[in-house]
Amino acid sequence: MNLGYYPGCSLHGTSDDYQQSLKACFGALGVSLTELDDWICCGATAAHTLNRKLSIALPARNLALAARQGCDELVAPCSMCSMQLKKAQRAMAQDAALAEEMATIVEAKPGSTRVLNLIDVFERVGLETVKTAVKSPLKDLKVACYYGCLLTRPPEVVEFDDCEQPESMEKVVEALGATAVAWNYKTECCGAGMTMANEETVLELSHKILADAAAHGAQCIAVACPMCHVNLDMKQAAIEARYGTKFGMTIYYLCDLVGLALGLTPQALGINRHFAGRNA
Amino acid sequence: MSRIGVFVCWCGENIARTVDVNRVVDEVAKLPGVRCAVNYKYMCSDPGQTMIREKIAAEKLDGVVVASCSPHMHLKTFRKAAQTAGLNPYLLEVANIREQCSWVHPDREEATAKAIELIRLSVAKVKNNHALEPIKVPVTRRALVVGGGVAGIQAALDIADAGYEVVMVEREPSIGGKMAGLSETFPTLDCSQCILTPRMVDVGQHPRIKLYTYSEVEAVEGFVGNFEITIRQKARYVDITKCTGCGECSKACPLKKNKSEFDFGMGTRSAIYMPFPQAVPARPVIDKTVCAKLTRGKCGVCATKCAAGAINYEDKDKLVKEKVGAVVLATGYKLYSIGKQDGPVAGYGEYGYGKYKDVIDSLQFERLLSASGPTNGEVKRPSDGKTPKNVVFISCVGSRDNAKGLTYCSKICCMYTAKHTMLYKHKVHDGQAHVFYMDIRSAGKNYDEFVRRAIEQDGAKYYRGRVSKITEQDGKLIVRGADTLAGEPVTIEADLVVLAAAMRPADGVTELAQKLNVGCDQFGFLMESHPKLRPVETNTAGVYICGAAQAPKDIPESVAQASAAASKVQITLSSTELTREPEIAHIDERMCAACFRCYEACPYHAIEKAEVRSRKGELVKRTARVNAGLCMGCGTCVSVCPSKSADLEGFTEQETYAMIESLL
Repeated sequence: MNLGYYPGCSLHGTSDDYQQSLKACFGALGVSLTELDDWICCGATAAHTLNRKLSIALPARNLALAARQGCDELVAPCSMCSMQLKKAQRAMAQDAALAEEMATIVEAKPGSTRVLNLIDVFERVGLETVKTAVKSPLKDLKVACYYGCLLTRPPEVVEFDDCEQPESMEKVVEALGATAVAWNYKTECCGAGMTMANEETVLELSHKILADAAAHGAQCIAVACPMCHVNLDMKQAAIEARYGTKFGMTIYYLCDLVGLALGLTPQALGINRHFAGRNA
Repeated sequence: MSRIGVFVCWCGENIARTVDVNRVVDEVAKLPGVRCAVNYKYMCSDPGQTMIREKIAAEKLDGVVVASCSPHMHLKTFRKAAQTAGLNPYLLEVANIREQCSWVHPDREEATAKAIELIRLSVAKVKNNHALEPIKVPVTRRALVVGGGVAGIQAALDIADAGYEVVMVEREPSIGGKMAGLSETFPTLDCSQCILTPRMVDVGQHPRIKLYTYSEVEAVEGFVGNFEITIRQKARYVDITKCTGCGECSKACPLKKNKSEFDFGMGTRSAIYMPFPQAVPARPVIDKTVCAKLTRGKCGVCATKCAAGAINYEDKDKLVKEKVGAVVLATGYKLYSIGKQDGPVAGYGEYGYGKYKDVIDSLQFERLLSASGPTNGEVKRPSDGKTPKNVVFISCVGSRDNAKGLTYCSKICCMYTAKHTMLYKHKVHDGQAHVFYMDIRSAGKNYDEFVRRAIEQDGAKYYRGRVSKITEQDGKLIVRGADTLAGEPVTIEADLVVLAAAMRPADGVTELAQKLNVGCDQFGFLMESHPKLRPVETNTAGVYICGAAQAPKDIPESVAQASAAASKVQITLSSTELTREPEIAHIDERMCAACFRCYEACPYHAIEKAEVRSRKGELVKRTARVNAGLCMGCGTCVSVCPSKSADLEGFTEQETYAMIESLL
């Protein structure tokens, strides 16, 4: 299976480990990725807080590229990117005049490319297929599945799972033979981009997430968003110092866990490049 | 040659200011067939009507046109006057020269010309009118009440006490509805069972009420005065005529851990069970989905314990037919599903209902408060049976929430939530009730005083704001919300959370309504004929509605509405035959090609497929036929009939073409 690939800024920057994991894991599942040629930023938080038209034009250009490059399905592994792409699609679908204007601005017509997040890809491959491909089941591993804000929200935009009590990541984790723990904070905010502007907020919010996962017996947390990973993994030492606790919680990208179960080494998946938990 | 009289009304200045009534009279008197034309200041007044009557007699008129206000206003008045003078009332027409002329045209010249035209139209029509006689429909003088909650009970008792027979159909094994499970009722705190159960007994023992419990309406045929109802009596596996209600079967049943529907899952019941001790009829039923004998063919203990020999494992659903003249729908409500998607309504995942045992809905809390409940009225939380010391109540869960699809206010939640805090405080003196609300809506006699009492005397803490999330930590429910009056976030560590879920129509109401041709609103509540002036009538003659099936409402309102519906039923049943307007469709059976387009098009299902047979019984032809009891005279059949065999009395094609021709 070949899918289009929109890395977004993160996977080409701070979250290069995510890209490494993604490509290794998908490769083992027989999914190849074709990176969108000449892609640009999705606009992220900056665009839509300042200028609505810009926040739609940026993803619209990427969608137009996808259409021109014959890409029917586009993987956007970052929650922010996939949400922004879907938001632009929805806005243009609801407002013909806006769609017309966007086509003029980006000098091409955005098509009907289907945008996939990380979990969508595993569903697309088929959980049964994943299950049969498992070589070393993750028995005895207790995982807290963490969705963060944007994977399921806004519900009318992303149309993905139950926005308050999602279960789709748990299904993937269980297909690998691991146990998904029931916990409280799976859709709470990690602090996201505040990590740059106001680190205190991030430490407080992410601390709550780590503490709740630990309290419910989780040995690790699975994420499907580069921003979540940064705050829970890279900032974990700062959180531990700030609150005088020791979590030692490994934060996996969901594709890390799938890759491990498929028999890939941590090095191949880039897990050795993480900061917290068993790599610390 | 016709002898038509034209009577032009001034309507004080309403018509005469813009229309030159004298000129109108002069002009229309010249129309062929017009015997006399007069005008008068108030034609609807006593002298005006007398003028019409005297002219009919003196001039031997065979048709009358009154040029006045809208026929909606006074057509009946004038037709009655004509009838007293010996003229068939359907030979009188009204030309509307007020709403359609003098009120809307400023120019006197033009308005006068238009008034003359309008009268000319009516004269042309009335020349083609023929005498019609009102239709008489026989009435079966008994009523059907669907639903045995407080509304249905009230309606049934009122109708039966007035002397008519009532057939009551209730889906559950016992009547009593939601009210039978409530603890105490606002604003007087009288015990719900104490006021309801005697009424249930009255229904059970009433000589004129025939009770079908554990039964549903399967099919409806007929029309006002003449309904034939098919009732499905679901297999109960207990012969209620033999059973004495001793209860030995339930005691002996080995399968005791089934969730009790009556306790909304807070308590358990056996596979053979009576929903509650005060049930009417006090007879058990076997739950065929769990009974070991019925699912696996093993057990049969209840039959061995039954001294009366009332257990019958071979029982089957039975269909019975009942004839009634009127129907009352009192099918009540259910609570919004909260935790999960239900049709178009999204779930409230953030409150963890269905996930956390100690997050319950308000009807479940009623059972915890009720002396007949699973805890005998002691407030104990479901997870560990401990007495909760901090209870959070959240109102408007699903109600007034565009994001969840229910835009309406459920009306009773503010009141019962205040009641819940009060009853909780009366039972747990050192407990604290917290209420999150959007607005407090307590309009009603002694209602606001009641809420103030909950706050001021019983110390309930009210926070104006919503709860964003409930999580569980170390056996506590962490409730995070906002106090928008204080402008700050609130976090409460609660032992129990009670959600005041929105009221929704009971399951299956839409299907039932379709069987009776009654409309439902966008949320599935039954539609009244007019929100103000016909609040318990529906658009189907002879079918009435009451209680929470029509809209969310409390007990006093449900009872008042039920009595209103009962009084309407009594009007319908008060005579042996009903008189209906004769202005309905008829089909010329000689011309009908039996294509049955009219059958498909008729919104009232008033067209029947009939056969014409010779004296020897041989089939001559098939034809469409109008059921005079059902036809509402809309004329849809006339417009779809390709052979022009359908026509509408009072608005025949001949009359209509004559009107058009008069203008050409």
